Amino acid sequence: MTRVTKFATRDAGPAARVAGFMAHLRGNGLRLGVGEAETALAALAQVQASNPAEARMALRAVCTGSADEARAFDAMFDAFWLNGGRVATRMAPGGDANLSHTRSTATAEGPEAAGAGERHAPDGSDEGQAEGGGEGRLVATGVDSLMKKDLRDIVSREDIAQAERVAQALGRALRDRRSRRRRAARKGAQIDLRRALRQSLATGGEPLHLPRRTRPDRPVKIAALCDVSGSMVAYARPFLAFLVGLMRHDATADAYLFHTRLVRITEAMRDPDPMRTLNKLTLLSDGFGGGSRIGENLTRFARTYARRFVDGRTIVFILSDGYDTGEGAEIGDALVELKRRGCRIVWLNPLAGWADYAPVAQGMAAALPHLDAFHPANTLDRIAALAQELDRI
Amino acid sequence: MADWQTLTDDLARQGYVAAPDLAMALALAVALGRPLLLEGAAGVGKTEVARALAAAREARLIRLQCYEGLDASHAIYEWNYQRQLLAIRASAEAGETGKAVEERIFSEDYLLKRPLLEAITQEMPPVLLIDEIDRADEEFEAYLLEVLSDFQITIPELGTITATARPIVILTANGTRDLSDALRRRCLYAYVDYPDRATEIAIIASRCPQIEAHLAAQIVGFVQSVRKEELEKKPGIAEMLDFAAALAGLGVNDLTDDPVILQASLATLLKTQRDRANFTTEVAQRLAGVAA
Repeated sequence: MTRVTKFATRDAGPAARVAGFMAHLRGNGLRLGVGEAETALAALAQVQASNPAEARMALRAVCTGSADEARAFDAMFDAFWLNGGRVATRMAPGGDANLSHTRSTATAEGPEAAGAGERHAPDGSDEGQAEGGGEGRLVATGVDSLMKKDLRDIVSREDIAQAERVAQALGRALRDRRSRRRRAARKGAQIDLRRALRQSLATGGEPLHLPRRTRPDRPVKIAALCDVSGSMVAYARPFLAFLVGLMRHDATADAYLFHTRLVRITEAMRDPDPMRTLNKLTLLSDGFGGGSRIGENLTRFARTYARRFVDGRTIVFILSDGYDTGEGAEIGDALVELKRRGCRIVWLNPLAGWADYAPVAQGMAAALPHLDAFHPANTLDRIAALAQELDRI
Repeated sequence: MADWQTLTDDLARQGYVAAPDLAMALALAVALGRPLLLEGAAGVGKTEVARALAAAREARLIRLQCYEGLDASHAIYEWNYQRQLLAIRASAEAGETGKAVEERIFSEDYLLKRPLLEAITQEMPPVLLIDEIDRADEEFEAYLLEVLSDFQITIPELGTITATARPIVILTANGTRDLSDALRRRCLYAYVDYPDRATEIAIIASRCPQIEAHLAAQIVGFVQSVRKEELEKKPGIAEMLDFAAALAGLGVNDLTDDPVILQASLATLLKTQRDRANFTTEVAQRLAGVAA
């Protein structure tokens, strides 16, 4: 392991090797571009590049960008530079491509190296695949799910009208008052000195008009994840009505269903007719009534959609009973990961409304320490009552 | 001797014991003129390293503490309104023309420089410490990216101010939220972990030279095993040094000597009520016994 890799003598030189190393890292999921390769070369010029320990530290500072990457870096470095001449590592094809073609013109080196990078690319970008795959599969299975439950039998038009009012109340309660920036406003607590001074120049230094500024309320985005597994069927009515109401009231809200898979339903819910929305939901919730893999789905959510749609001003609602067919601990890890986006997480559990409910389900117990709020919600009225409590988080 | 080894020695002279990884990242940041992003748990010496670097290079340390809602008037510049108002009044009595007044009150004399502007208008390259960048919101992060890539700031009334000296930029984060990929890509990166045993003993030797080697080894052993316990808030290096200073002040020569004193001096290590309650005399004695 500790012997330095023997590159062929006809090897194109250090620059090509570093390019090969970059492709190797890219293949292992690090996001690196041409800029980083350039910086890496510049960094190696600053140290004794022939000393493995120094080269390792220099390349680590340049190529990694997070704690996880920094931890994984050593193994990747060893595999490329210190494999003692063995070529059985993952990098072998890319490295060979570099080496075997050096006899042709020097310009062939560039595209060849890039080719090696691309060959690895599908491994690194499985996030994109997961998203694309999710929606593609929906179309394919939409047909046979028609035979399953029709949500229009469960949820009525009145339910939805009520749910919209609930969502409105929630939206009001959730307005974020944390902004510390100030913006010009007609009525405000503070005088905008900068503007006052500017305007006073026109009146010979007399501040006749005092512009004011205030702290604006910042809008909060809501992302709702609804569990539609078998154990949740009994509570589907309030929850689905709530989802539809929420989406109809709030144009920035984001909604997802999960059972064994995670499905983004935001686009499908943007339909002026609530009943047609429900029909679409029926098609989308193929697998309704099956088992649920909460941990797995939350992890997937944290790694894909959350990166795009969840930030520090988002509240994530999870509507689920916490009965998970997977590992309970996975839920905790997923929530920690999600939490790192800076969002607040509220878990609405239908079972919690029961008289002597205790969150003993393994998944629920793992989730509790990471939640900003945990509330019972088995009817729309209960959800409406949340407005006051959510005011505080 | 290589740059980073020289830097390690320079930092050591300032009382900062840097791990090789960190020293290398710092040396590269200085040599390549790139910002350096330091991540790690609270209390591992991220902020301190900037201070030590500034002292070692005899440069100024300019610090920008980030918080949520940090805006341009606190990070970049603000006009000195009171002075401007006075100047307008005075000029009205002296009979100056409007144009002359305007030019005067929007000149650099009336500008309050905040850390970012201050950092790029120095003659000697300063060390700019942007502390806890993850506490600032995303808008500020985006703005910071612009400043860090061009090293220039535009003030509408004055025009564009270009850097006279490129500051050495150090950003710290401890994971309040994820940082954007763009920022991570722009920076070199080093993860600062709790120091290993040898390093931590060296830190005591450098900061509290009055403590004997035997006790120092015990303290480090004890603190490192405390960190392995389930705690809400793990003790950092500053806490460890406080602990060492407390023991030295109480005249302790051996950790296992007096359980009461040990328990009392835990106040320097454990900073939440729950940690304190869980850390009974038995637990402390067990860890101290292992450390000794």
